[in-house]
Amino acid sequence: MFFENINWSYVLILPLIGGALGGALVLVWWERRLLGFFQDRLGPNRVGWFGILQSLADAIKLITKDDWVPPFGDRALFILAPIIVAGAMLMAYAVLPLGPGLIIADSNIAILWILAMSSLAVYGVLLAGLASNNKYSLLGGLRSAAQMVTYEVFMGLSLLGVVMLTGSFSLKDVVHAQEDMWFCIPQCVGLVIFLIAGLAESHRLPFDLPEAEHELTAGFHTEYSGMKFALIMAAEYLSLILISALIVVLFFGGWLGPKFLPSAFLSGIVWYGLKVLIVINFFILLRAAIPRPRYDQLMSLGWKILLPLSLLNILITGAILLGTQ
Amino acid sequence: MLSQIKTLWTVFVHLFKRNETVQYPEEMPYQAPRYRGRIILTRDPDGEERCVACNLCAVACPVDCIALQKTEKDEDGRWYPEFFRINFSRCIMCGMCEEACPTYAIQLTPDFELCEFDRNNMVYEKEHLLIDGTGKYPDYSFWHVAGKTIDGKDKGEAQNENKPEDVRSLLP
Repeated sequence: MFFENINWSYVLILPLIGGALGGALVLVWWERRLLGFFQDRLGPNRVGWFGILQSLADAIKLITKDDWVPPFGDRALFILAPIIVAGAMLMAYAVLPLGPGLIIADSNIAILWILAMSSLAVYGVLLAGLASNNKYSLLGGLRSAAQMVTYEVFMGLSLLGVVMLTGSFSLKDVVHAQEDMWFCIPQCVGLVIFLIAGLAESHRLPFDLPEAEHELTAGFHTEYSGMKFALIMAAEYLSLILISALIVVLFFGGWLGPKFLPSAFLSGIVWYGLKVLIVINFFILLRAAIPRPRYDQLMSLGWKILLPLSLLNILITGAILLGTQ
Repeated sequence: MLSQIKTLWTVFVHLFKRNETVQYPEEMPYQAPRYRGRIILTRDPDGEERCVACNLCAVACPVDCIALQKTEKDEDGRWYPEFFRINFSRCIMCGMCEEACPTYAIQLTPDFELCEFDRNNMVYEKEHLLIDGTGKYPDYSFWHVAGKTIDGKDKGEAQNENKPEDVRSLLP
């Protein structure tokens, strides 16, 4: 029988892509709304119920816009760049667990895969900056490359503590290893470092130096318009969801509820969604509150503070693991 | 580091504060009586035009959006503008004209909703600008306090004005 050979987890692919892209759309509206509330104003509330269709209106506007390719740039790379960015981000979702048993590919190198894909997305950003043939875009692309090289290093290192405690790179094993205690307690340093690195990785404010609109107009996507711009923006929100989901899976027990509540209190996927929402809202709060650092501050924070700290974290975790074994 | 966390907390608390903004087209924000919006021309308590076409507003205007031409009434000699034109697509609502006006004729109102589809409709002529009432300073009438002679009011007949000195009475 044909159906016996199907891996049923592949059925998840379409709902996941739809959910992630739809989530990114809703998130655009939700972020604007929440930023409005943080700044004592209302935010977009006209289109649909409480403005929830605002992103849809934006999408229609972006589709009908002139899809301009700069004649002075590199045409092929210019078109390729947003596809790389969005494609790499979506590929990273393949190994992301959504709930107990809800996982497309339970890979034993899931963490490495996600790190690799988020690094590939940098190529898209760099190529976008390069292909635009515009000094602001190039500056944005250069900044992005340097920022990624810096933050990628200890983004991986900060996760090593979790991997050491779990003994596996599989995200499913990571969640199952947190049944007694969430890793946010023994790995609190790793959590903070991963949070900062994740901010830089998804170039969210306050680490949005590649696109700092006050200095570089829009950085690497200055020349982009229409659906190409929408794709870059979608990739940015996809990476925000990805980083939030990763933080929940790696440090806050994924779909596991708190210990003191009975396990049937809420289903795993609801816990998971709730936690991801809280982390996303925290990211938006960070955007509303924290000013952007200067570029040299960003670099010195990365190399001089966070890198030694993450190495120290690995050392201490390893020492404790050795001592208790 | 501590200040960053304090900032986070302060911004978070603002989530529960009242909004400073209002739902504008449905809900009007409070307009102060002396808000500087659309410009009007007022009349004195007798119902005559206050404007004496002195051109001071046009001179004071930093964007040169006011144009007018002086003429005189045949019956009583009062000065008034033959035409008075304000180009609101240029006007920056600075209120310099109101400050310059010696007769309180030109005044700014709290109305700010100046929207037109055709740019030419932003040019207001005298009949659009002139209102029936006095606006601010309801009792002020320039011709009653000014020393200039018009029909029905000779030298020395204005308010707080002495009769002109008869210079011949000083002769030995």
